[in-house]
Amino acid sequence: MTLAPSRDSVLPDRITNASLRSFLGGVGTVDEVMTHRRVAELATRSIKKDSKRAALLTAVRMMDLTTLEGRDTPGKVRQLAAKAIRPIPGDPTIPSTAAVCVYPNLVPVAAEAVAGTGVRVASVATYFPSGQLGTPEKVAEVEHVVSLGADEIDMVIDRGAFLRGDYLAVFDEIRRIKDACGDLHLKVILETGELASYDDVRRASMLAMAAGGDFIKTSTGKISPAATREVTLVMLKAIADFADATGVQVGMKPAGGIRTAKDAIRYLVILNETLGAGWMTPEWFRFGASSLLNDVLMQIRWLDTGRYQDPDHFTEA
Amino acid sequence: MQDTSKVTDTTPAKTTGATIDLPGDWRYAPSRQSSAPVTIADRYGLFINGGWQRPASGEWFPTINPSTEETLSEIAVADGADVGRAVKAARNAYEEVWGPMSGTERAKYLFRIARMIQERAREIAVLETMDGGKPIRESRDFDIPQAAAHFFYHAGWADKLEYAFPGIDPKPLGVAAQVIPWNFPFLMLAWKIAPALATGNTVVLKPAETTSLTALFFASICDEAGLPPGVVNLVTGAGETGAGLVSHPDVDKVAFTGSTAVGKRIQADLAGTSKKLTLELGGKGAHIVFDDAALDDAVEGVVNGIFFNQGHVCCAGSRLLVQETIHDRFVDKLKRRLATLRVGDPLDKNTDVGAINSRAQLDKITDLVESGVADGAEIFQPRCDLPERGFWFVPTLFTDVSQSHRIAQEEIFGPVLSILTFRDPEEAVTKANNTPYGLSAGVWTQKGSRILWMADRLDAGVVWANTFNQFDPASPFGGYKESGFGREGGRHGLLAYMDTGI
Repeated sequence: MTLAPSRDSVLPDRITNASLRSFLGGVGTVDEVMTHRRVAELATRSIKKDSKRAALLTAVRMMDLTTLEGRDTPGKVRQLAAKAIRPIPGDPTIPSTAAVCVYPNLVPVAAEAVAGTGVRVASVATYFPSGQLGTPEKVAEVEHVVSLGADEIDMVIDRGAFLRGDYLAVFDEIRRIKDACGDLHLKVILETGELASYDDVRRASMLAMAAGGDFIKTSTGKISPAATREVTLVMLKAIADFADATGVQVGMKPAGGIRTAKDAIRYLVILNETLGAGWMTPEWFRFGASSLLNDVLMQIRWLDTGRYQDPDHFTEA
Repeated sequence: MQDTSKVTDTTPAKTTGATIDLPGDWRYAPSRQSSAPVTIADRYGLFINGGWQRPASGEWFPTINPSTEETLSEIAVADGADVGRAVKAARNAYEEVWGPMSGTERAKYLFRIARMIQERAREIAVLETMDGGKPIRESRDFDIPQAAAHFFYHAGWADKLEYAFPGIDPKPLGVAAQVIPWNFPFLMLAWKIAPALATGNTVVLKPAETTSLTALFFASICDEAGLPPGVVNLVTGAGETGAGLVSHPDVDKVAFTGSTAVGKRIQADLAGTSKKLTLELGGKGAHIVFDDAALDDAVEGVVNGIFFNQGHVCCAGSRLLVQETIHDRFVDKLKRRLATLRVGDPLDKNTDVGAINSRAQLDKITDLVESGVADGAEIFQPRCDLPERGFWFVPTLFTDVSQSHRIAQEEIFGPVLSILTFRDPEEAVTKANNTPYGLSAGVWTQKGSRILWMADRLDAGVVWANTFNQFDPASPFGGYKESGFGREGGRHGLLAYMDTGI
């Protein structure tokens, strides 16, 4: 028997808090000790030469080059966009990043700057980073951001509701925001640094995927810890189980705290050995990062020349 | 050897859409650990009374690299005369130097040896991998650090033995004859030598025929550490050398790790003597996976339990008992994970499964796998490119295995997992215990009370819960039933080398 892909296939017929609780009770658990052991084992993968170059170029293509500061200006965003389009001025062998990620106010500036280049504009919404407002206001914000010309929306879940067990509130909010996004890609931030356990991360991942998230994302970057490799492995395994159960492919975005090329390669190793080729593209995996790009570029230059260039040779975004 | 890469579709309803296709198409470039720091002599003599000696027989045998079949060196064959000289040297050292020495002084030597192992860890790891075929990742991250940890741990006991067993004044036994296997050559040497020396005994050790090189390297460490002559002696050779050693009349203690068949012969041979004996023999460990377990993590544990060191592990979890309700899902997950195992050059830092230790072992594995197919079990092997030379075996799963199949009963000592199902905890315990062996078991469930219930009923020297293959020098290790007796490691391990007067 073959079924068409459908997120509903894992959901109860009647969505209530009780039925969602029982759905999440059945998604299985995570063992912390073995998760850490697996991540430590994969960290010993030794990635050299051509496989390292391939990984670094892939990491550039997967990057959501991000600036999320109160002091961001149109000038800074235009600079960021230029860096995203052509990471090393005058070197067309270095690909563009996947997207730039900015606050709503700066979406029109970013959209104009990247127009026609293939680089997408992602914007955080839903009263990022805390999400401390009602669902109607969040939906209204998302509708506004969509009208400003964003291609992708990064929302945060209501952690308060999740932690007190009001799964229906979290689920319903994600659904309404996905409706407001229309065809735009919705990334759902779980803010794993505020969730209590890997079991919670797994449940939140399943809830976000069942509710309609196109991507699940670790963190806002405003809470510590942000992305970790362990949390990422837990989420990738949830994505695998969700794909097996529903046929629906969901993407992954670790964000926050990923600063070095070595880090990025370790994430890609985990991805490669957990979900494989089908996810190894910017369509299904993103890095949310601001300072990672230059370290990756520096490593690519090192592979090219055998020398480390002075950081001043790499432009600030 | 069969190479059936087809995954049998066992799930009742598959959806179209996203599929997980492993291994990914990002290939890691070879990342080979250099063997340059290692120097291997053309020929090794016997290490007796602190010096290198020619074998009385004048005979030598080659030791090869099982991943290339190239000869690495020639090793002396010790005969009865050599064994006699080694035991005599150990006896003298025991009576004149090591026995009378204070625990504090013995500890200094052990600490020194532990530090020297750490300092030269990379050399030892490379040598271990070249001579035995295990992945460098394992020799570097597991075998050698654990060996150093055993010397550190026992160094700590050397001057505290009177506190280990309050009210008892324990005494050393004398000369210990130790025979070790080829699966963890350097680590088993540490498990044997560290407690023997800490408790004041002297040692004659025989490494396995196919893996003598790291033991010979250890001899040079003893020499550089200034260990008094005769405290540690090494005799190399095959089974005959070992038989001569354990039956030597002037030996006080015999410690053997290896096959159950040989262990039985040694026990028979020692009957009626005053020699103290400990045996660490074969196993057919069971993983028991309940339907409430963290499945992906259980998959990791099961994979580690059987493919670690190519399955050449006495406590390997070589049988998987999986609760019937999750069988299909769990097997699918296992197959997917198997596809990511990297089999090949043991010196490549990314290799997960290295070479089979010897042609003889490869033949044994092949024979048992053929019996599994003939008995009607269903075989699964991922697609795998194996090197042309050397001894290799593709990681293998068997489903539809019955308790009466040879692959469910006999120790395969290779990368082969037999999968059975159970319905309730009682049946799981019955099946797990239905083997002559009793070395290890793994229980996978989120329910704490069930872990305790199972651990009480499983006849196994070690029961791991929600993990597998975790070792620590402070934790005793040993078997039930035909897996042997006596413990190694921890306070219990000291008893094997001490006369407590009880």
